[in-house]
Amino acid sequence: MACAAAACGQTGCCRDEDDEELVVSTKKKAGKPIIKTNSVSTDTASSNRSDSTQAYSSEGSGHRQSLCVKCKIDEALIGDESRVCFGCFRSSLFGKFKVTVTTQDLISPPDNVLVAFSGGPSSRVALQFIHELQQKAQRNLDASRDKSFPVFGVGIAFIDESAISSIPSHEFEQAIQDVRLIVSSLAPPAKELYIAPIGDIFSLDSDDGIERLKELLCAISDVTGKEDLLRHLRMISLQKIASGHGYNKVVLGSCASRIACHVISATVKGQGYSLPADIQYVDARWEVPVVLPLRDCLIQELKMLCHHESLKTLELLDGPHSGINGLVSSFVTLLQEENPSREPTIVRTAEKLTPFNFNRLPETNDSSNHSSFRRRHKKLNFESYESNPSEYFCPICNSPIKNSDLESLKSILGHSETTADIFGASCCSSCQFQILPKEPSTMEHFYSLLPKPMVARVRDGICSNQDWLREQIKDCLLSDDEEGI
Amino acid sequence: MDEAEVKSKKGPGRLCSICNQRRPALKRPKTLEQICKECFYAVFEEEIHRVIVDNQLFKPGERIAIGASGGKDSTVLAYVLTELNRRHNYGLDLFLLSVDEGITGYRDDSLETVKRNEVQYGLPLKVVSYKDLYGWTMDEIVKMIGLKNNCTFCGVFRRQALDRGAALLKVDKVATGHNADDIAETILLNILRGDIARLSRCTSITTGEDGPIPRCKPFKYTYEKEIVMYAYFKRLDYFSTECIYSPNAYRGFAREFIKDLERIRPRAILDIIKSGENFRISTTTKMPEQGTCERCGYISSQKWCKACVLLEGLNRGLPKLGIGRTRGLNGHLGVEETTKMSVRSKQCGTLDF
Repeated sequence: MACAAAACGQTGCCRDEDDEELVVSTKKKAGKPIIKTNSVSTDTASSNRSDSTQAYSSEGSGHRQSLCVKCKIDEALIGDESRVCFGCFRSSLFGKFKVTVTTQDLISPPDNVLVAFSGGPSSRVALQFIHELQQKAQRNLDASRDKSFPVFGVGIAFIDESAISSIPSHEFEQAIQDVRLIVSSLAPPAKELYIAPIGDIFSLDSDDGIERLKELLCAISDVTGKEDLLRHLRMISLQKIASGHGYNKVVLGSCASRIACHVISATVKGQGYSLPADIQYVDARWEVPVVLPLRDCLIQELKMLCHHESLKTLELLDGPHSGINGLVSSFVTLLQEENPSREPTIVRTAEKLTPFNFNRLPETNDSSNHSSFRRRHKKLNFESYESNPSEYFCPICNSPIKNSDLESLKSILGHSETTADIFGASCCSSCQFQILPKEPSTMEHFYSLLPKPMVARVRDGICSNQDWLREQIKDCLLSDDEEGI
Repeated sequence: MDEAEVKSKKGPGRLCSICNQRRPALKRPKTLEQICKECFYAVFEEEIHRVIVDNQLFKPGERIAIGASGGKDSTVLAYVLTELNRRHNYGLDLFLLSVDEGITGYRDDSLETVKRNEVQYGLPLKVVSYKDLYGWTMDEIVKMIGLKNNCTFCGVFRRQALDRGAALLKVDKVATGHNADDIAETILLNILRGDIARLSRCTSITTGEDGPIPRCKPFKYTYEKEIVMYAYFKRLDYFSTECIYSPNAYRGFAREFIKDLERIRPRAILDIIKSGENFRISTTTKMPEQGTCERCGYISSQKWCKACVLLEGLNRGLPKLGIGRTRGLNGHLGVEETTKMSVRSKQCGTLDF
């Protein structure tokens, strides 16, 4: 029934729920190796010693560290439950990444991918792995005779949020230098680095952009709303860099732990309908599709890799969350401590929700067919993709809105309201609650502060969906005049 | 004292934001409005009435059993349903149905409360006990299996016990006091545990329409805090202690989280329910097939219903039988095990399901 290994931390293990307590406690003890029998740590009291030594009994003695259970050559890592050596650990982590990239066809030869780098461990590992993939492709190209498979291009984007950060500017300067250093170390092949201040999406004038951004954030009273708006602005920034410099894919380092937190926080914010859109490997809602190659890796694994391989990460840029996001983060961390397969289980549950039709890469007319691996979607999801193509998207968070929730938009379109009001009504209820101002009088001003790409979404959305919209509201239209909008 | 004097005594201030006449007595947990007692009763009752009407929970002439534990939810439910039945002429025949799990120091006390409710609200009461139905009390069960999975046993047994009691009363529906907090917790639990099948069912306000007795949850959108407030101001008689066996329940994690959430953003509870209702779950996702239990005839997706499996485990001294994931094809017990199973304990009743 339950997994026999006392310290099994493998994801997907069918461990009995009620063996949790027993397994968790033995895991905790197993994490503290007994190097010498007489130097037992204070935590493991004499009454527990028999249990602790039992955990090591399979290795013979409690005197030395255990061997890797996979290759049985090198020593196992301390503090890791799976008891493998670093080499085996790394190759299994890279393996997960590679399998995702090939089966989902995320990166293939003619692509030009832009990797979003925040400085944190996930994006650092994403960068590292993609670099290694690129290096291998380059070696293959050099070695091959017919040179028919060009190597994919890699660019790196770093969004500079120093204007709104509480970190002192000299520290930030140092951080930017570190970023440049990291990028230059990942060559050959050389990679272009784009450091874009977040104010750039508001205005070409950087000071004006910062002012507008600050004013916009001030206008939002809800702490969670502020954090979420920043997240949306970051994506707009990435999209701008990608489309402005000829990249056809954006790579995010989002890992399973972050996705698990997103599943819970989206549920808590009433975004259950749009949740499946955000957690798939591919998100093609955007002008430049976004892919998540590290989606099945846990943050613990990624941190461990960075630590053991001395990959430099910039911790100071990864500030703590507050409000709902912070609460969810601590909740998931607590659950993960109680059961290490909780995060993957949460992601797996969300995977069973039906994705949208934009959760697959757009069909290319590329007849040369560079990718030698067929795109393999999980059978369940592939069969249930919606045939109805048009979804309506919230202009702020770009999440698909359920038809039945567009009631307020319908009623407003009938009257001649201001563009600001139309904008407000076309947002999802979550954004309406936590981001948009409550007073209608301040809405006009708020609307004027928004970056053009956001505002343009409503215009484009309405124009392209004109027929669909008309269909929705035709029972309320009094005349055949189409000039309502 | 006339109105002007009252106002001047209060100073530049606060009046109930609904009626603008009386002094506010409370802050409404759902919306944080400051309102008076009377308006609170009014909005509370009106919202429940809307839920009942909009979701067509009842039809005139139906016999309804209210699952009554003696706790705040079921007491308030009994009170409000009696009141709305009268006020809006639902035309319902209401009954109280109580389950005695046999937990000394908890259930025996709460049953006294229900007996008082029977008198206070004038609703006929029926009590069904685990001892009569299954031959085991929860005290005996916990003595055997410990405190880890006792909630599983109790929950499975209670579900069936309610159905059997409802059949004895010959009612058309069972109404339970599950509130918004309960449903939000269940949604979160199902996400955490990967139970997509339950996730798709747990937000329905009426369940079991294709089974023996449908059940509904009129309090689906009612906050637990508001139920407590209502009971407090109306001085309703209820029993307020936690079940003595519950501290280790996994649900506790979700409950703590939701309490913290409510403090930051009260509407989050309703948002969780909204998300749950909107989850895109494919109807082709493998859902359990509905059949009947071979042993007792109750509704079941497996050969034996969960209650029979658990009972068999208890009678044979196998506390883990039916707990956790079963191995083998489609979760059915191996052939060998099924043939070993014999009906040694008391038959589960003579009800035709």
